[in-house]
Amino acid sequence: MTYLYAAYAATWIIHIAYLSTLALRYKRLRDQVRELKAHSDE
Amino acid sequence: MKRAFPILAILTAILLSYALYSALVVAPREQTMGDVQRIFYYHVPSAWTAFILFFINFGASVYYLIRRSTKADVIALVTAEVGVVFCTVVLVTGPIWAKPVWGIWWTWDLRLTLTLVLWLIYVSYLMLRRFSTSGQTPLIAAVLAVFGALDVPLVYFSIWFFRTQHPQPVIGGGGSIDPRMLHVLLLNWLAFSCFAALVCWSRYRLEMLHREVDEAQAMEALLQPSFVTGRNSVAVSQDKLRSTESAQ
Repeated sequence: MTYLYAAYAATWIIHIAYLSTLALRYKRLRDQVRELKAHSDE
Repeated sequence: MKRAFPILAILTAILLSYALYSALVVAPREQTMGDVQRIFYYHVPSAWTAFILFFINFGASVYYLIRRSTKADVIALVTAEVGVVFCTVVLVTGPIWAKPVWGIWWTWDLRLTLTLVLWLIYVSYLMLRRFSTSGQTPLIAAVLAVFGALDVPLVYFSIWFFRTQHPQPVIGGGGSIDPRMLHVLLLNWLAFSCFAALVCWSRYRLEMLHREVDEAQAMEALLQPSFVTGRNSVAVSQDKLRSTESAQ
């Protein structure tokens, strides 16, 4: 059962790690959009 | 479409949970391998999903080479990235299954080696897209994707045409599978396909937004007033060009 749980856990760790990088990239983009808006308002 | 995303995400989460429950509880215990065989319900659907994503990447790359469509280029990038994630799952869950069943984590078997080569091809594709600054990057990447896709049928059919240590195909390959196991396998494939589609969708939106922000930043840099002259950079560049011409 250890190997089974290890495989399932590894699968979800890989997917969650990838989704976290997407969330991080999205956050960075939102910051850039905010900066751009602030520049255009000046 | 944006409103549909959270609803689809919740439905996919429910489907994934039910598929996980089916894999752990509903599917019967395999007689020779025991519970380790249940890794199959994550390993095989991940491989099929990766193959489909690489196939879409191939189609989008061919379309880009013919039409130079930006959308096709983005679809190619997105499917390659998500495909690599699923291929990584295959390469990680495979050895975890192999250790208790074969007694070794890895062997340079044809199927395993070709899968590793496939993963390396698409990782190099993503690295090319990430680090190349050439304007021809989408074109070069599309060509690489077309050649890279040739490895997908090689991986798939390697266990049909060659004697390998990897188990023979359970569907369409002469092997047999308990109908309850097949049901759970297909359920997991459906769940992972829905999950992959949703991830591709959000990655597609992210990439389009990224390109829009890049364009806006380039426009802003072009219209940025110069600190020296108080005029925009285009005017400064024109002045520099004129002074260079008069000096000659």
